[in-house]
Amino acid sequence: MSAATPHAPRAGLGGGSVVAMLRGIDRLGALLCLIGAGGLLALPFLTFKANRIAAGAPKSVVESLGAPGAGAFLGALALVAGLALFDRRPAVRLVGALGGLAALILAVGFGAAALSPPGDSFARVSPGAAVWLLLLALAMLAADALARLRLSPPTRVLALGTAALGAALVLRSGLLDPLSILREHATRADVFGRELRQHLWLAGGSVAAAIAVGAPLGALCHLNRKLRGVALPVLNMVQTIPSIALFGLLMGPLAWLGRTVPLAGDLGIRGIGAAPALLALTLYALLPVTANTALGLARAPAEAVDAAAGMGMTRGQILWGVEIPLALPVIVAGVRVVLVQNIGLATVAALIGGGGLGTFVFQGVGQTAIDLVLLGAAPTVALAFCAAVLLDAAVDALGGRRA
Amino acid sequence: MIVIEGATKRYGEATVVDDVSMAVESGSMTVVVGQSGSGKSTLLRMINRLVEPSSGRVTIDGVDVSTVPGPQLRRGIGYVIQGHGLFPHRTVAQNIATVPRLLGWPRDKTRARVEELLALLQLDPKQFASKYPHELSGGEQQRVGVARALAAGPKILLMDEPFGALDPIIRLKAQDDLKALQRRLGATVLLVTHDMDEAFRLGDRIAVLNEGRLQQCGTPAELLLRPATPYVQQLVGSSDRSYRLLALTTAAEAVEAGPAEGLPGIDGGATLREALAEIVWRDAPALAVLAEDGKPLGRLSLQAILARGRPQ
Ligand SMILES: Nc1ncnc2c1ncn2[C@@H]1O[C@H](COP(=O)(O)OP(=O)(O)O)[C@@H](O)[C@H]1O
Ligand SMILES: [Mg+2]
Repeated sequence: MSAATPHAPRAGLGGGSVVAMLRGIDRLGALLCLIGAGGLLALPFLTFKANRIAAGAPKSVVESLGAPGAGAFLGALALVAGLALFDRRPAVRLVGALGGLAALILAVGFGAAALSPPGDSFARVSPGAAVWLLLLALAMLAADALARLRLSPPTRVLALGTAALGAALVLRSGLLDPLSILREHATRADVFGRELRQHLWLAGGSVAAAIAVGAPLGALCHLNRKLRGVALPVLNMVQTIPSIALFGLLMGPLAWLGRTVPLAGDLGIRGIGAAPALLALTLYALLPVTANTALGLARAPAEAVDAAAGMGMTRGQILWGVEIPLALPVIVAGVRVVLVQNIGLATVAALIGGGGLGTFVFQGVGQTAIDLVLLGAAPTVALAFCAAVLLDAAVDALGGRRA
Repeated sequence: MIVIEGATKRYGEATVVDDVSMAVESGSMTVVVGQSGSGKSTLLRMINRLVEPSSGRVTIDGVDVSTVPGPQLRRGIGYVIQGHGLFPHRTVAQNIATVPRLLGWPRDKTRARVEELLALLQLDPKQFASKYPHELSGGEQQRVGVARALAAGPKILLMDEPFGALDPIIRLKAQDDLKALQRRLGATVLLVTHDMDEAFRLGDRIAVLNEGRLQQCGTPAELLLRPATPYVQQLVGSSDRSYRLLALTTAAEAVEAGPAEGLPGIDGGATLREALAEIVWRDAPALAVLAEDGKPLGRLSLQAILARGRPQ
């Protein structure tokens, strides 16, 4: 052993610098580079279709941008890849990811413009699989950098606002207008605005209703064991009914209500439409809100609750003064879950005439127009993402004081 | 004066507190001592009605506590819960202000009181008032717990193992501080502990509880000299009972007349146990007992000390 030890460092000397360099490679960065590069090499960058339901012709980066444009774009991506592989500073990685994102948006915009025949309103250019993979890789690079930066809750909200503003500016600039998804939007801009508002109303309204019912119900469950034993299993059962089935189950009674009670009919309560959708979404949100409220209230330290009683607080004062403030992070975490869940689920409302962004999804599915599906799906994902970031920040801000 | 008459608490089959009768004199400190699970907390909580007795009753200055609504009763009794129980979402100042706020005191009066209490418990108001409990050390949390219990100036203080979480050195200091505080405020204190040494250090009277039954309630000397049951006998210990007895008397109380020149001096407030240790250490036949101003009060011989270490 003593003979072998002096040789060990020497043995590796020849390959030492390469090994050291490989050691220095960031694992996530390597994976993301692999995803991006693989996508660019093997998959189409843009897809050209003569009309919206025709089969698509794949176009590579060079075909889309021309040699000089492709060179500039790939050069920019190579720079980002270098940062992702070798630079561990989160701020630098974030700037790199955002730069890569900007380059990608420019390339897609210019490429789509170049591929669109002038004056042809039927031709469609859409992002190919390579674009989606690059988008995924860059988003993960940015998300990882943001997570490592450990931004404070207000900074996170500010960053989200900046990102939203940036996205709005890009959309306003017209750079991406040649893309098929925005063409689909252009032909139904007024309907889109209406369905977007309807979607927000369905998701937001149902969550607000679930809080209005679920939070007090959760508090009652906390105060009363028997109620807890009944309410939570029932809500749990509701949660397991598939959404379409729940919409169906609600149709009958609501239709009857709309027909027999004139006031209900005047309020727009019918078997189909927004009313059953809103009700079903509310029912889905009820369990997480109720359960998290009861759970959060029960989680307040027993000693603190005991001390509160010992100081002479009444049951109500203990609830409002001690248990609810201590439960707030858990309650808001429940709201976060249902808000994100209902922003997604609200797409299903379109199936029963409830409107919302799902309208485009199901129209698109019916017409096999994938771009129209995207017009419904992409904003839904963006909304859910924003809701998650905002409410996560709220949970952290509320929980920070008692770490 | 708190009078407990035949207090009993049953949970199902188990009798947790069994027919306990005892009294706590106004302005005195009584320590309830017993093993974990012997029913100490339950007994304490019957006084402020956090636990309702199955039978028996508790009166405070002649008023049956069961006739006073719980929250109102508790606002008049300071309560230091086992394991401080501070509100984690409230600052130190807000924690201390709990009862004054419940009583609807004006803001200025509450703020002044909070500062006064922080100073009383040797916590700098500027430094501590706006901190949260998790930012404090165990000893600081415990003192805030005591300050919170004292906030509205209660005449009665119930303390459930208030020093349980403290390490030994801080614990001794905290015990001395509490004793001084109690004397100064003239408060009636009922303190619960499982630590016999703590009971002897603090208690004017000690109540021994075993499996819910009161074994004996008396002065520390009574417990040592006339243990009522074998359980008490075993608890106070036979190997060091002389030392415990010596620790109950101060040098000033045992001082004798006579020349004290040339003898090693000892403070009049020191216990005979400390005086004995001093004699052994200095190899002196006697000590000079000194008043606070350093003037000799008289002398204290080894014989006099030893005589106090056994039944007289
Ligand atoms: N609410 C309760 N329900 C049932 N048993 C209890 C309850 N509170 C206390 N006990 C039981 O009573 C006994 C005495 O408890 P406690 O008064 O807390 O003892 P100590 O404070 O001396 O450790 C223990 O055995 C405990 O398990
Ligand atoms: Mg206890």
